[in-house]
Amino acid sequence: MNEANTQGERLGIVVGGSLTGGMEVKLDSATPIEEMAVGRYVVIGGLRSRFFGMITNISLGTINQQLTITPPDVADPFIAEVITGTSTYGKLQVTPMLTISGDAVSLLEGPQPVKTVPTHFSEVREASEQDVELVFGREDEKHFYVGTPLDMETKVCLNIAEFVKRSNGIFGKSGTGKTFLTRLLLIGMVQKKEAANLIFDMHNEYGWEGTSEHVPNVKGLKQLFPSQVALFTLDEESARRRKVSPDYVVQIGYDAIEPEDIALLRETLNLTEPAIEAVYQLVREFGEERWLEGFFNLSGDEEIKELLTKHNIHESSYRNLRRGLQRLGRLPFLVPHARENSVQRILEYLDRGMNVVLEFGRYTDVTVYMLIANILTRRIYAQYRERTEMAMGEKADKPHPLVITIEEAHKFLNPSVAEQTIFGTIAREMRKYNVTLLVIDQRPSSIDDEVMSQLGTKATYLLDNEKDIDSVLMGVSGKSELKTVLSKLEAKQQALIFGHALPMPVVVKTREYGSAESYKEFGFRDAAELKRKTEEEIKDLF
Amino acid sequence: MSTKIGEVIEASTGGFVAECYELHTPPPLGSVVRTTDGDVEIYGIVCNASTESIDPGRRPVARGKDESEEENIYRQHPQLSRLLRTTFESLAIGHGQENEILHYLPPRPPRVHSFVYLCEQDEVRRFTQSLDFLSILLNSKGGSVDEMVSACLRQASHAHDDGRAFLVRAGKELAVLLGGELNRLNAILRRIRL
Repeated sequence: MNEANTQGERLGIVVGGSLTGGMEVKLDSATPIEEMAVGRYVVIGGLRSRFFGMITNISLGTINQQLTITPPDVADPFIAEVITGTSTYGKLQVTPMLTISGDAVSLLEGPQPVKTVPTHFSEVREASEQDVELVFGREDEKHFYVGTPLDMETKVCLNIAEFVKRSNGIFGKSGTGKTFLTRLLLIGMVQKKEAANLIFDMHNEYGWEGTSEHVPNVKGLKQLFPSQVALFTLDEESARRRKVSPDYVVQIGYDAIEPEDIALLRETLNLTEPAIEAVYQLVREFGEERWLEGFFNLSGDEEIKELLTKHNIHESSYRNLRRGLQRLGRLPFLVPHARENSVQRILEYLDRGMNVVLEFGRYTDVTVYMLIANILTRRIYAQYRERTEMAMGEKADKPHPLVITIEEAHKFLNPSVAEQTIFGTIAREMRKYNVTLLVIDQRPSSIDDEVMSQLGTKATYLLDNEKDIDSVLMGVSGKSELKTVLSKLEAKQQALIFGHALPMPVVVKTREYGSAESYKEFGFRDAAELKRKTEEEIKDLF
Repeated sequence: MSTKIGEVIEASTGGFVAECYELHTPPPLGSVVRTTDGDVEIYGIVCNASTESIDPGRRPVARGKDESEEENIYRQHPQLSRLLRTTFESLAIGHGQENEILHYLPPRPPRVHSFVYLCEQDEVRRFTQSLDFLSILLNSKGGSVDEMVSACLRQASHAHDDGRAFLVRAGKELAVLLGGELNRLNAILRRIRL
């Protein structure tokens, strides 16, 4: 290894600072301040160990206050050159994140969280490719390459095995690249086989084909990993129009809908509190599995009146409920009696370690999305819970970890419903039963605080609402520094990722996706190549 | 070979005064000169020069009222070149010992009557590789320290292949040394810019 490769360019020296406030670094006069950028990595060479940190602020300093009042004649390039870095200089604020020391612990467990600061005048260098690799690991069976740090070619790798152990979140304004990163992470999880995925694909972006703003259409999971991904759809017609052949068409029977599902939809169906109460009365009348069918079958004023009086339901509540439920009744995939138990089907696939993408076709309405996601997830969760408990009693194997991907997460996880929906429970109790969430949302501030605080790894693109930024960064150390970094992200493709699956927060430019080259990196072989390979194998055989 | 230009007539730790062998031809302000004290070579920077009567009690009188050219005065009065002398002052800024150049004061001043040489470009370049001597110059007492510093840097820059780079380096050193005295810094910088 030659010297130039192992050490990045020298930037300056530490002149002050603290562990909480970050180190103050005076730039060398040869280091142009305009080439610095927040979010970039530096290595500080202390006496005993090296500190790995991130630039969180950049400022200007002068040696003498008078200089700001009577500025020198900088129109003269000579004077400007002399003044730069001496009388006037650049300052960086660097937050040390990790220490890389030569001791046994570091060698075995890699970089350790920082607990002290480097001494005065320690040398500060740009982090070299090797340093970054040391911190973020290299791509292997557990680490998945998500992108590169700012202005570097090194790969930032996410520990997928750790990633799936907690619920995770992807946030960002609309159009910043949430879907793009989600697709990448899903590919990572499918590729590393650390968990089975159930994806509620509201806009049909992950399954067969997704849209991208640069390339016409990008391949979805099914195209890349045909043998590991099953495509389920609610809308066969839409799938056919898109020339996608689903593995299974989901139908939900009325019997699958429980009062809690309706309670969750209270806002979107515009139901009143008494109307929800009435649902529970209906269950008492018709039974848990037949209440909806019974309700739709009610005919004749007499019968209705009798029911209302019997359960003390007000007529307006009844009408309100009827209007709401009729909206559900019009959905073609909701049928009185389903052909097959869709939940069971999905579980079978998941059990085999397959990944299931559920496309919603034309039903992009939030009501539908919430209803279906809630119904399916509740049952799947119940099964997982049962199995994990059995595994605890040593009667069976622990179920394969499951990651459920939901979009528009604030609808499920906002403070008023987070208590009721299964997603709130999963986010809170999470890994105990091997089921975790991947939530995707553009309004993180609308998500229940308790849920947000339980998310393991968070990836966030540009956010410009103060409340959203605060809620994403809640509880993270060095919040104010990260806030600066977050607000300076580019509008696209740059994400700040931090949390459980990474040793330290990192700004990444997400890896390229959509070209033939990129598909190949994921292990995808096109037809021609497959044919060639088969021919070669045949040749070898004979 | 460096040119011999005069000899020391007065010496102290901080510097020396030398008399020029030729009237009216002192080394330029700010130039690097060298003298010796035994094995030790002492370097100095010319900070002042003057031409005056040998006898302090006898001031020269004006003689050219009827002359059309200045040179005629000296031609008419050849004794003048014997009655006048040119001297220059140098600040000691470093010394050389066993082929090593040290940028701090020599242990002893030069002896009186030591020869003084004007340094060649080569030697100037070698001496000005390090700019540590600047602090001695800036701290010296006298009327035109800043003028001397800028003259010295201007001249030294000619000895370097990349004169501009040398001046920038020197400028940066000055900016640090004169951190609290911006006006002085600005004045010097304006005098040394190319």
